[in-house]
Amino acid sequence: MEATRIPEPSEPRHAIRIVGIWAGLTVICVPLVIFVLGPHIPPGHASQQSSDQHQINVVLTTLATPIVLMVWVYFGYAITVFRQAGETIVDGPPIDGNARIQLTWLSVTSAIVLGLAVYGTIDLFSASAAGAGGGQGPNPLAKPANVGSALEVQVIGQQWLWTFRYPGYGGVETATLALPVNREIAIHVTSLDVAHSFWAYELGVKADAIPGSDNVVYVKPEQIRSFQVRCAELCGLWHGHMNTTGRVLSQPDFGSWIAQQEQQYAAVTKQLPPYSHVYYPSPLRRAP
Amino acid sequence: MTRRLAGIAIALAVLIGLVILYSSEFLTNAPAAVPASVQGGTAHLTLQTVPTYGHAPEPDWVSYLVQDPSGHWHHSTIFKLPAHSLVTVTLYQYDTSSGLRNPFLAQVRGTVDGTATLNGKPFSTASSDEASHTFTVPDLGLSVPLSGISSSAKNPCSAAPCPLSNDHNTITFSFRTPGPGTYRWQCFVPCAAAFIFGNGGPMQTIGWMSGELVVS
Ligand SMILES: [Cu+2]
Ligand SMILES: [Cu+2]
Repeated sequence: MEATRIPEPSEPRHAIRIVGIWAGLTVICVPLVIFVLGPHIPPGHASQQSSDQHQINVVLTTLATPIVLMVWVYFGYAITVFRQAGETIVDGPPIDGNARIQLTWLSVTSAIVLGLAVYGTIDLFSASAAGAGGGQGPNPLAKPANVGSALEVQVIGQQWLWTFRYPGYGGVETATLALPVNREIAIHVTSLDVAHSFWAYELGVKADAIPGSDNVVYVKPEQIRSFQVRCAELCGLWHGHMNTTGRVLSQPDFGSWIAQQEQQYAAVTKQLPPYSHVYYPSPLRRAP
Repeated sequence: MTRRLAGIAIALAVLIGLVILYSSEFLTNAPAAVPASVQGGTAHLTLQTVPTYGHAPEPDWVSYLVQDPSGHWHHSTIFKLPAHSLVTVTLYQYDTSSGLRNPFLAQVRGTVDGTATLNGKPFSTASSDEASHTFTVPDLGLSVPLSGISSSAKNPCSAAPCPLSNDHNTITFSFRTPGPGTYRWQCFVPCAAAFIFGNGGPMQTIGWMSGELVVS
């Protein structure tokens, strides 16, 4: 940084001042980010997957804090201290290479970016994050350990409504989504018409709903609570209204809820097509 | 150089003007809200669904219409209803069947006793293939399938508003309105003839196969 100005004997040591201010602010701000802002960073702790995403978001925000501070501190210092007095604007001396700064710059940024890439990749395949943010089709690379005992729930998008099918309960289709707490859930997402995107925000789950395609995501809800379901893919006139409120229920409550749904929709369940991971409904077009 | 710049500036101004005109036209051309007739705390909403509107701007489009308290039919899908009230709906259905894309919507949901009537007979599930339209308010959990008339009907209607002398089905149901708010409703049968997947045109335009309940 000294290279941008011709050092004069009376000149203070700008680099040391800037680093000093930056280090002081970093020591103050990083704990604030971790302990004060951290707990409020989305998406919270409603599921194993959202807890994992929350942790990643806290790590990334914490790492970004010193970098943002360095930019701001240098920026603020430059516009206050290096401001040119008077009216004439004179170019400074041309800057030649500074091997030390360039080497430091390259190695620090490479270490951060490559480190995060490794961290992110390991986390993506870890058991805790398995399947969240899925979009890998019917056979996701990352699966939870107990995938065999997962409860299968199908999410069906259509213009402009989400419906849900439970193949383990007679293939009943419901207008609301309820999931049992502390149970691994395999969510199979598909669509009957255009591309939609199933986004259960607080559960940390988002997967594209594509006609003729089966997108699998896994989630393990850990809190009994409600959550928002939105469509995250522009899908036509009422896209902005394509939302609903889902619920995580205790296991007994889920049992009685699903029994009640089976009873309520018994007649219409007989008209549904056999449960399948994709549907090719007829009519796709209206007869002329 | 100056002339070229002026030319570009004028072209840009015209383009921006057109974008503003189009956006404001799009945002302000919603159909007028039509109130239901209210008697003794109960609102009565009378609707019809027609296979072809029969007039400009889209004579071939399928559409809903609504009757105002004085009995006039309006080409609108925005209905004003009182809050926390019983609403009885009478719907004259003049269209033939297209069939539901999702048979789940053949179930009557959210009406006062979970049923509706078709030509006087109560029902709680329709035949998915016979549905011509639905009247569905997703946020209220309300959905009623509307069965189509026979495709060999002798006296079908071709231009709105359709008189009762044309072949039709009469569907009735009632539901309770929640607190004040605006609730979208729509048809879930892909009934837009000549559009890909039956989901374009009237299915994508307020005033035809979807609209709003303005509850106040
Ligand atoms: Cu959508
Ligand atoms: Cu329709």
